[in-house]
Amino acid sequence: MHPAFSIIVFTTLSGLGYGLAAVLGLGLLDASTLSVKLAHIGALAMIAAGLLASTLHLGNPQRAWRALSQWRSSWLSREGVMAIASFVPLTVTAWFAIVEGRHLAVAGLAGTLMCGATVYCTAMIYGSLRSIQAWNTGLTPLCYLLFAAAGGFLLASVAGYSSGSRGPVCAAIAILFVVAAWICKQKWWTRLRTLAPFSTPESATGLGHIGHVRLFERPHVNENYLTREMGFKVARKHALKLSRLAILSGGLAPVLLLLVAILAGGSAAVPAAVLAVFCYALGLVVERWLFFAEARHAVMTYYEG
Amino acid sequence: MKSEPHVALSEPVSDEVRKTTCYMCACRCGIDVHLKDGKVRYIEGNRDHPVNRGVLCAKGSAGIMQHYAPARLRAPLLRTGPRGSGEFKEISWDDALELATGWLDGVRHADPKKLAFFTGRDQSQSLTGFWAQQFGTPNYAAHGGFCSVNMAAAGIMTIGGAFWEFGAPDWDRTKLFVMFGVAEDHDSNPLKIGISKLKKRGARFVSVNPVRTGYSAVADNWIGIRPGTDGLLILAVIHELLKARKIDVDYIVRYSNATWLVVDAPGTAEHGLFVRDAEGKPQIFESVTEQVVALGSKGARAALSGRVELPDGRFAVPSFQLLAEKYLDPQYAPEAVAAETGVAADVIRGLAAEIARVAFDEAITIDQPWTDMNGERHEAFVGRPVSFHAMRGLSAHSNGFQTARALHMLQVLIGAVDCPGAFRFEPPYPKPIEAHPTPHGKAEHFGSNKPLSGPHLGFPRGPEDLLIDADGKPMRIDKAFSWDAPISAHGLMHMVIANAHAGDPYPIDLMFLYMANMAWNSSMNTAGVIRMLEDKDPATGAYRIPKIIYSDAYSSEMVAYADLVLPDTTYLERHDCISLLDRPISEPDAVQDAIRWPVVEPDRDVRGFQSVLIDLGARLKLPGFVDSRGKALYADYADYIVRHERRPGIGPLAGFRGSNGDRAGRGAINRNQLDRYIENGSFFSAHIPLEAQFFKHANKAYQDFAVRMGFFDEPKPVTFQLYQESLQKFRLSAEGLREPVAPETHRERILATFDPLPMWYRPFEEAAVSREDYPYHAITQRPAAMYHSWGSMNAWLRQIHTRNPLYVPGPICDEIGLVDGDWVWVISHHGRIKVEVARMEAVNSSTIWTWNAIGKRAGAWALDKDAPEAKKGFLMNHLIHELLPPKGDGMRWSNSDPVTGQAAWYDLRVRIEKAEPAEVSEPHLAAVAQPGGARPHADELRYGQEWAE
Amino acid sequence: MTSLPSLPTPKKLGLVIDLDVCVGCHACVISCKEWNTGGYGAALSDQDPYGADVSGTFLNRIHTFEVVPEGGQVIGEAGEARIVHFPKSCLHCEDAPCVTVCPTGASYKRAEDGIVLVDESKCIGCGLCAWSCAYGAREMDLAAGVMKKCTLCVDRIYNETLKEVDRVPSCVRTCPANARHFGDLGDASSEVSRMVAERGGYDLMPEQGTRPTNKYLPPRPRKPLAASAGSAVLAENTHDAKGFFAWLDGMLDRI
Ligand SMILES: Nc1nc2c(c(=O)[nH]1)N[C@H]1C(S)=C(S)[C@@H](COP(=O)(O)OP(=O)(O)OC[C@H]3O[C@@H](n4cnc5c(=O)[nH]c(N)nc54)[C@H](O)[C@@H]3O)O[C@H]1N2
Ligand SMILES: Nc1nc2c(c(=O)[nH]1)N[C@H]1C(S)=C(S)[C@@H](COP(=O)(O)OP(=O)(O)OC[C@H]3O[C@@H](n4cnc5c(=O)[nH]c(N)nc54)[C@H](O)[C@@H]3O)O[C@H]1N2
Ligand code: SF4
Ligand code: SF4
Ligand code: SF4
Ligand code: SF4
Ligand code: SF4
Ligand SMILES: [Mo]
Repeated sequence: MHPAFSIIVFTTLSGLGYGLAAVLGLGLLDASTLSVKLAHIGALAMIAAGLLASTLHLGNPQRAWRALSQWRSSWLSREGVMAIASFVPLTVTAWFAIVEGRHLAVAGLAGTLMCGATVYCTAMIYGSLRSIQAWNTGLTPLCYLLFAAAGGFLLASVAGYSSGSRGPVCAAIAILFVVAAWICKQKWWTRLRTLAPFSTPESATGLGHIGHVRLFERPHVNENYLTREMGFKVARKHALKLSRLAILSGGLAPVLLLLVAILAGGSAAVPAAVLAVFCYALGLVVERWLFFAEARHAVMTYYEG
Repeated sequence: MKSEPHVALSEPVSDEVRKTTCYMCACRCGIDVHLKDGKVRYIEGNRDHPVNRGVLCAKGSAGIMQHYAPARLRAPLLRTGPRGSGEFKEISWDDALELATGWLDGVRHADPKKLAFFTGRDQSQSLTGFWAQQFGTPNYAAHGGFCSVNMAAAGIMTIGGAFWEFGAPDWDRTKLFVMFGVAEDHDSNPLKIGISKLKKRGARFVSVNPVRTGYSAVADNWIGIRPGTDGLLILAVIHELLKARKIDVDYIVRYSNATWLVVDAPGTAEHGLFVRDAEGKPQIFESVTEQVVALGSKGARAALSGRVELPDGRFAVPSFQLLAEKYLDPQYAPEAVAAETGVAADVIRGLAAEIARVAFDEAITIDQPWTDMNGERHEAFVGRPVSFHAMRGLSAHSNGFQTARALHMLQVLIGAVDCPGAFRFEPPYPKPIEAHPTPHGKAEHFGSNKPLSGPHLGFPRGPEDLLIDADGKPMRIDKAFSWDAPISAHGLMHMVIANAHAGDPYPIDLMFLYMANMAWNSSMNTAGVIRMLEDKDPATGAYRIPKIIYSDAYSSEMVAYADLVLPDTTYLERHDCISLLDRPISEPDAVQDAIRWPVVEPDRDVRGFQSVLIDLGARLKLPGFVDSRGKALYADYADYIVRHERRPGIGPLAGFRGSNGDRAGRGAINRNQLDRYIENGSFFSAHIPLEAQFFKHANKAYQDFAVRMGFFDEPKPVTFQLYQESLQKFRLSAEGLREPVAPETHRERILATFDPLPMWYRPFEEAAVSREDYPYHAITQRPAAMYHSWGSMNAWLRQIHTRNPLYVPGPICDEIGLVDGDWVWVISHHGRIKVEVARMEAVNSSTIWTWNAIGKRAGAWALDKDAPEAKKGFLMNHLIHELLPPKGDGMRWSNSDPVTGQAAWYDLRVRIEKAEPAEVSEPHLAAVAQPGGARPHADELRYGQEWAE
Repeated sequence: MTSLPSLPTPKKLGLVIDLDVCVGCHACVISCKEWNTGGYGAALSDQDPYGADVSGTFLNRIHTFEVVPEGGQVIGEAGEARIVHFPKSCLHCEDAPCVTVCPTGASYKRAEDGIVLVDESKCIGCGLCAWSCAYGAREMDLAAGVMKKCTLCVDRIYNETLKEVDRVPSCVRTCPANARHFGDLGDASSEVSRMVAERGGYDLMPEQGTRPTNKYLPPRPRKPLAASAGSAVLAENTHDAKGFFAWLDGMLDRI
């Protein structure tokens, strides 16, 4: 699948945003501190930016509102609905935090749940597609949720350390989630890389009873929408290299940096946590890029044989 | 749940439908052109049209994009830069015509043979030929010489008609269909309709073709033959049939020259010729009375074998004896030919067995009494439901004439010509050779300011009809009808530029070309031809080919080489006539012709070429184009179509003649004729009565019908010429036994290839080069969705074939380590090209191939210079030389069939070597400018968006 | 509308494509383009039409496959490689994922006849439906930014301004080899259903669970020519020319 910039930005940013918002909703941090207030604003900004980015790849963004209508069957629609719905508790929580400096438990918790649900919906847009076997697994939403949670706690630890309260708790939880997320992702990758193709040129053409089927001529010589959109291929060896890079940057580095923060504490903690977030975000971008680039669409059985 | 959106289901398609004839290729399907707001909304097949019955191919449907292509020429062009630069200025028609008239008139006055007028795949050869004849140059022909004259000449000389557009398999009845070397063919929609029909009926379809694509892909059996060896395969099938006595004896006795006695007197001038009486009647041996009597003697029972002593003491044998003895020889046994053809002996035997079984065990009858030309009445038509079709796979080889003869012989031997279930003639065919003219162009046939004394093209009956001078030198610029290619019935267009450049046999002043992309895909040795067109005489600084007038409708590669360009309209903007005098659209059971008419008006300063030619004819005051006072006879082509008469009552169109439009074939001029055609869907069809539909070569009712329709003035039955006497006459000349005697240089070649009975020899190029150096065959195929070079300017079609790879058999790929996308050098004795490869398994293991004419010259066809067609597409033509490799004797023979001069495109032998990866195929010629100035084209096309609500 | 209609729809209109006769001519491809570019919805645009990167929107495309039997040989008859031309357009699936994923309701399956359509006025061009279709039957029009797909020529098949015989999809009407057939696959007695039953018509990618309406007819089995080589037809009757001419004499007596 073509790793569209807008979609990578969208899933990464909104994942981080929802993660942070969800953690904030738990009320672990002191809502009266400036850094937590800023964290609330940051979460909303990331969510909004992500959502805006997602409209960039639309052919007719002016009609985007229509995407809210089909929540009965469409994960994309559900995601839209949830995204908008979650704004209610999130802004309420943020409002109270920023203006009144306190945490509103009911709204906060509702926000946390809805953030989770939104991330789940996002993941299910991909996870529900049978045509893309790599994505079509329960591991996909699990990864998305774990990455969001890890991101949330990472960001929260920055806020925690800078506000001087609960930094280490957040960092410790973040480490747990980071580790869990990458274990889950590793499983996802193992699955992807050992997958027996669900659809083959033989099943795609129904000609398997005659022999081995191989594409001889494409319908049209040049690339078309389908091959551009779904025919993206990344060489296996590059994929392996990149996935290691993702783990290093998005897993190992944040964990080490958070350990430094926890152990060193003091003035080193904030920069370490901030650095951890950046490393994590970079790893996540690589992970998302691979998420698309490595996934093979069933339609390519018709184009590659 | 909400209700479904409203969809407008019953919107009218268009404001108006105009019915005309497609010309995205030469198949000539009927089309319904839907017009909306004065633009073409949609083109679909005309359901009532006899050719396509409603269907349309990809090209036909893409007519919209052709019609609006940016590559269309917009006004007459006068060259301003050097040839090949593409630099022109647009001029007015008055200036263009004045200039052309001046050039033409000068030549006509001084030496008319200094005009070479050659036309491509137009469908107005009866007009262009007539014009050239009135002009008086001997140098006229259309494109058949580089196309498929082998097929046409062999068919006409053997059975009186050819597969090529003048016949068709009996699709509804045939039970076994064997197709040799066809990728698309002219009759492409009818072929597809037919193949589909017979597959539905469960009839067997065998395709003999080195490559298994297109039609071959759906064939029940594919014989992946080695190119150039079909003749051997066919003769092996004949060997098997003779051995098993599976021949239709009654049929060959009645309809062929099998019984005709052949003089057996080696060393004499009559050896191998038919025994004839004083009136020229062939003689047969009457086996009851044991007398030699004239053919057609009442009650005579002609022998098919035996050696007879003639009254004059010489001996003679029925031609069939020669035939049977020849092919029963074990050299034609399946085992003996398996290695050369690459076809397993069992497959050959299986093919022969199926042919025999279906022809004889599954014979069909149509209970319709009929009378033959001898007055004998038959109760029914007996059909041998085996049909054949062949095209350039046989034709485009230097042994193609004899191979095609072999195939026709096979048809005759099993009684499968024009009977139910077999190949059937389409009127005005069959025609015996006597109904064709002999060629004109000898010195006494032309002169200053006078017409040629007869038609240019025809069939020499023997060496005496050659167009040569006293020294045996060719009279024509293309050397047609000379010792080089004695029966070159369609001329040798592929030799014109090379010969004119060399001044051999003489230089010319003016080359006038129409609708042939000679600077690109219709020439062999393309880069060489381009150099010839650009070459100047160092002494004078003038071009060696001094003046070139060219008519094209689009900015093709050739346009850049013209001095004066006459821009034609598109096919939707002009009148055309698909005439019985030329290449009509008849069917086996109907006489048919058709027209085109301007269904949209040109939006540019262009004119239909035929009208321009008629105008030029009048300006030059050519007889036939002006009246006695020198006034133009015709306003334009439409007027000519209606009012021109070849013979009284016979004009370009056969339909709606007579003042009331109720006459068919013969009849007075009808001024409303074109309107009547348009009302009728732009075609005319007259059914042949059932009694006359089969055995047309010998059917009295058909012959009478043909006379009524005006094909002939008296019946002209055909006797199938299994044994070809005229070929033997050339052999006698080559033996020095007959006048004119063949020059020494030509004798060996004629003796080796002019066998009066079909034969096989190795194609010349293969025989000339070493098998080790050039181990593979290289051929091209027509893609269904492209017509030669025309398709690439078409925004829709070009997406299907934006470039062409070289298809290489899997085993060769494995041997030299090639995978898809690798680059190779393809090397022939003449040149090398560098191209991208793709692997293929379903192909003869020694054959590489590509799609024809996808490669384009950068800058042509109004495409961007970096278009894939120009960057990665390529032409095989660069590897093919117009001459064979030199031999010891210093002669360089034309790379053509020795009998007909047919260009031997598919004799090419190559080797391949892995090359460095590249971005551009080689050779890559310098870009040409867009003639008349580049016009920026849109980055995006949204045809029809204005109609979207 | 994103939900699928309650199944099955009373009619299941679709195509039956006969791989035994498709010669890969692309006639249906261009005819489809031509009909639809001035018809239902936005034009089917082409980008860089005369340049290097030409590409356009098509609703129907022909792929060409090579099928090589295990241990296949290239020449000869038994088991050799073959080419199969393979037309593909929307299969109008019964369980159409492209419909259920659509967030706007633009994509829908008609309750009446099962045709899957895009209501372009609602389409936001998110592309998700194209992702969901394993068959590659949907293409985004880059000029209009809306999703295009085979409409089964809904504006022809019910079009009362057309003659009844012409109320078939453009691709079906034009196919020179008669490889495309249109009809109601929900009606077991329809011609298309009978064809499917007789010829063993099948689904593409059944594992995707989409239950396509369109069916493909497999290439018919082939009988090698070599199998006829041993038949009695060619039993050797003559051993030499003499025997042959003796037989000829006998034949001539009978005529
Ligand atoms: N390698 C290889 N070469 C081959 C062949 C092959 O199989 N392999 N095939 C050979 C054969 S059989 C043939 S027939 C030739 C064909 O070769 P050409 O006849 O040269 O082929 P086209 O590309 O059709 O070029 C005809 C010209 O007519 C122009 N034209 C199109 N429509 C009109 C019109 O309405 N009016 C006018 N005035 N001009 C028009 C086109 O723009 C083009 O320039 O190629 C031969 N060359
Ligand atoms: N779509 C389309 N239709 C066309 C044309 C076009 O350009 N495009 N051109 C028109 C013209 S001008 C012509 S002349 C006709 C030609 O019509 P075809 O005869 O169909 O033309 P080719 O593509 O040259 O096909 C020749 C076939 O012969 C095979 N072949 C080559 N060598 C041999 C051999 O030695 N033996 C056998 N058995 N087969 C062999 C090739 O693989 C190829 O399949 O088509 C006409 N129709
Ligand atoms: S075969 Fe195609 S291009 Fe040729 S005349 Fe027919 S519809 Fe037109
Ligand atoms: S083929 Fe694709 S676009 Fe068509 S209905 Fe099925 S899933 Fe949807
Ligand atoms: S592209 Fe259009 S039709 Fe497809 S899912 Fe998005 S909104 Fe629906
Ligand atoms: S049914 Fe209509 S829209 Fe669908 S592929 Fe055929 S022509 Fe195109
Ligand atoms: S028009 Fe018919 S034969 Fe041609 S590609 Fe389409 S389905 Fe196949
Ligand atoms: Mo040709």
